[in-house]
Amino acid sequence: MEFFRIKHDIPFMRYGKITTAISLITFLFAIWALAARGLNLGIDFTGGTLIEVTFNQPANIDQVRQTLEQARIKDASVQVFGASNDVLIRLPLHGNIGNSKSSDAVINALHSLDASVTPKRVDFVGPQVGSELYNNGALALMVVAGGILIYLALRFEWRFALAAIIANVHDVVIILGCFAFFQWEFNLTVLAGILAVLGYSVNESVVVFDRIRENLRKMRKATIPQIIDNAITTTMSRTIITHGMTETMVLSMLFFGGDALHNFALALTIGILFGIYSSVLVASPLLLMFGVKREHFLKSTTKTEVSANGAQV
Amino acid sequence: MNRFPLWKNLLILAILLLGVLYSLPNLYGESPAVQVSPDGNAVKANSSLKQQIIDELHAAQVNYTSVNLSGNSVVVALANTDSQLKAKDVLESRFGNGYSVALNLISASPAWLSAIGAKPMYLGLDLRGGVHFLLQVDMQAALGKAIQRNTSDIRSQLRDQKIHYSDITSTSQEIILHFSDAATRGLANTLITKNFPDLLLTEQDNNGDFILQADLRADALKHLQDNAVQQNITTLRNRVNELGVAEPLIQQQGADRVVVELPGVQDTAKAKEILGRTATLEIRLVDDIHDIAAAVQGQVPYDDDLYTERNGAPILVHKEVLLTGDYITDASPGFDQQSGQAAVHVNFDSRGARIFRDITHDNVGKRMAILLVEKGKAEVITAPVIREEIDGGRVQITGMNSPEEASEVALLLRAGALAAPMNIVEERAVGPSLGSDNIRKGFHANLWGFVAVISFMIFYYRMFGLFSALSLTANGLLLVALLSLMQATLTLPGMAGIALTLGMAIDANVLINERIREELRNGSSPQAAIHAGYERAWGTILDSNITTLIAGVALFWLGSGSVRGFAMVFCLGIVTSMFSAVTVSRALANLTYGRRVRLASISI
Repeated sequence: MEFFRIKHDIPFMRYGKITTAISLITFLFAIWALAARGLNLGIDFTGGTLIEVTFNQPANIDQVRQTLEQARIKDASVQVFGASNDVLIRLPLHGNIGNSKSSDAVINALHSLDASVTPKRVDFVGPQVGSELYNNGALALMVVAGGILIYLALRFEWRFALAAIIANVHDVVIILGCFAFFQWEFNLTVLAGILAVLGYSVNESVVVFDRIRENLRKMRKATIPQIIDNAITTTMSRTIITHGMTETMVLSMLFFGGDALHNFALALTIGILFGIYSSVLVASPLLLMFGVKREHFLKSTTKTEVSANGAQV
Repeated sequence: MNRFPLWKNLLILAILLLGVLYSLPNLYGESPAVQVSPDGNAVKANSSLKQQIIDELHAAQVNYTSVNLSGNSVVVALANTDSQLKAKDVLESRFGNGYSVALNLISASPAWLSAIGAKPMYLGLDLRGGVHFLLQVDMQAALGKAIQRNTSDIRSQLRDQKIHYSDITSTSQEIILHFSDAATRGLANTLITKNFPDLLLTEQDNNGDFILQADLRADALKHLQDNAVQQNITTLRNRVNELGVAEPLIQQQGADRVVVELPGVQDTAKAKEILGRTATLEIRLVDDIHDIAAAVQGQVPYDDDLYTERNGAPILVHKEVLLTGDYITDASPGFDQQSGQAAVHVNFDSRGARIFRDITHDNVGKRMAILLVEKGKAEVITAPVIREEIDGGRVQITGMNSPEEASEVALLLRAGALAAPMNIVEERAVGPSLGSDNIRKGFHANLWGFVAVISFMIFYYRMFGLFSALSLTANGLLLVALLSLMQATLTLPGMAGIALTLGMAIDANVLINERIREELRNGSSPQAAIHAGYERAWGTILDSNITTLIAGVALFWLGSGSVRGFAMVFCLGIVTSMFSAVTVSRALANLTYGRRVRLASISI
């Protein structure tokens, strides 16, 4: 069976203005969300303490708050987490020292409230480590973007590389924007998900670009927009199915993976959805905008004729 | 054209069989175990220890699965965690002294699997439960300590040589000496240059004030920092042994950090206390009033402790601790100048020196016990009579049997106190229930996603969908086998990585299958379509996997902890998927269709 039997090429490039407008609006919205609301950074990046405890019976949040206040544990945020027996307590950093002891203080205080309390998870990140993780994360993002840019520039041409990387950085900004808008917690695992998405959605651009390169050689009489339209249309079936399959796996993580993988799966979902859109409808118009021409492209491929031959879909 | 040579088919088969073999241990999982290992290197675990353990377990009626000698420890495998805890109690009460008894997990695979090195995947702390600490060594404090030590040494040497200085001060960075004339300063300069090669001296003149400034040389500073971290690691290792952790990881990270991972440890407060403890030397007064014979009989006065001296004689010591090892700045082996006996020279800092002077001042004629507290057990090293008030904070401890013992005690005193204070800058603790919960969730996420993907593939691409499904299965198998073989740490994000790479790996099969369909649509013969589909999709598969690999490598390089686990799986998954999606599915297609010369249609 087949879902996609498209007889005529869909004139994607004619809708170029609309698609560019759509992505510009989403992009600006994401920037606004990031600027106005900011990311809800987890303690991985801000530093602080996070304690997850389980009670034998449904927990009384007010009582937990009171107990912590009595124990002079300041600024603790207490919330029910998952099942009503589980409570999540967050503590901000206080100065530079003694932070690692605050989790012990919390657990001791809760023990006095209810002896059945058992800590399930304790995370403490010092201020220095937090900012290092933040900086390394930002560095990783740039290294990945730079690495992909260089690889695509070598494998195709700089216009292709630039178009692909702009399209995918646009995805990353939109994911970050969603996290800022909904104030979902942004932690190390989410960052890993975003980097994975960055590497993954470039695939999409690669597949389309491969086909554009092939068409430039084959469709001698066609205009560049026609060539691009044809490339997108012929690879569309593969695009939808591949992303559908990856998304199936990600949804499985979202539903079965529990809280620890929830935001990771969320980041991937947004990344995959926008990845399809941007690598097809952002990267290709950009390519057109950068003025890709048959001549300078063919010149650059004559050297890599052998490998380029295999690269067709 | 769609036939692999025999050797290629056999090679693929062999790789898949190896994959099955090395992922098999994960099916058997791990069983609870108790590990008994001798402390230190003096005693070795041997078959007589094994026999003793077997006898002990029989006597206590604890059922065990097996008892094995493995490395320098004896490992007892048990059926469940209840008997594991029981066995630990039994063995701890019998071997607690001189051995460390720890809970562990061992592979439950049959012996022939273990013999070929097949082990289950190594689970990270977020899956097996345990504590992760990142400790930062306070280098400023280490430097301050070294400056202090040098200051007091310079002071006493100048005094010994009768070189008069008007003042000597030190900051946390440097030592500044003031002299009243240049000639004296010259003498001091020569002396310090000769005896303190680590110090860099600079002279300054300031209106009749002749200043000599001493800084630590850059290489000495580096040496000091390296030593501080190394010594702290040694100390931490000794302390962790006390916790009874089976496979602790203690590792330097960067220039001034130490990672400590303690699988299976639940009591983080206790772990922190033990890691952070400093006091190892105690000075207390000897109780010579109460009857020692009665105490040996069991009537120990309530404010006394009964210990044995090195010569075996019992000794009663007051419970009150007058001075602890916290104030020690240095300890070095040496000899007593009068008797020539081996001794340990201990330097106290100024506060410790003052306390020590007061103790000796107040208790002339009484006996003072110097106790070494190691692993929670105290031992009286020596108990000399205080003859006079001792000022200056330099104490000589005699009572050592040999120079070797003196240097051992000096090391212990030095190592007992950390070279520099450490702060916990990161802590991650996961309880065992959350760990097994995470395993279950990670497994289900993989399972249901996988089932959905292969169902769709078979439904949508029929026979070629089946090939894709089988090659995806092979991919998962090889990935698990590779992770088991490398014993890479599997974390929850790592399990997510498995799911994600499986979801992404199917891309290659989709590319191939779509290409075959397209070739068929364009009028190619089925055989030609299969051939073209595989050959032409390869370039695209390579390109897209390399860009993904770039992301994986960057993550591995810059990531930390569990994210690294994700990156590891991600990179390995890309490599295995290139093999399975292209080679395995091609082999299946070739075996099914390749032999038919007149192939009219294929199921896709």
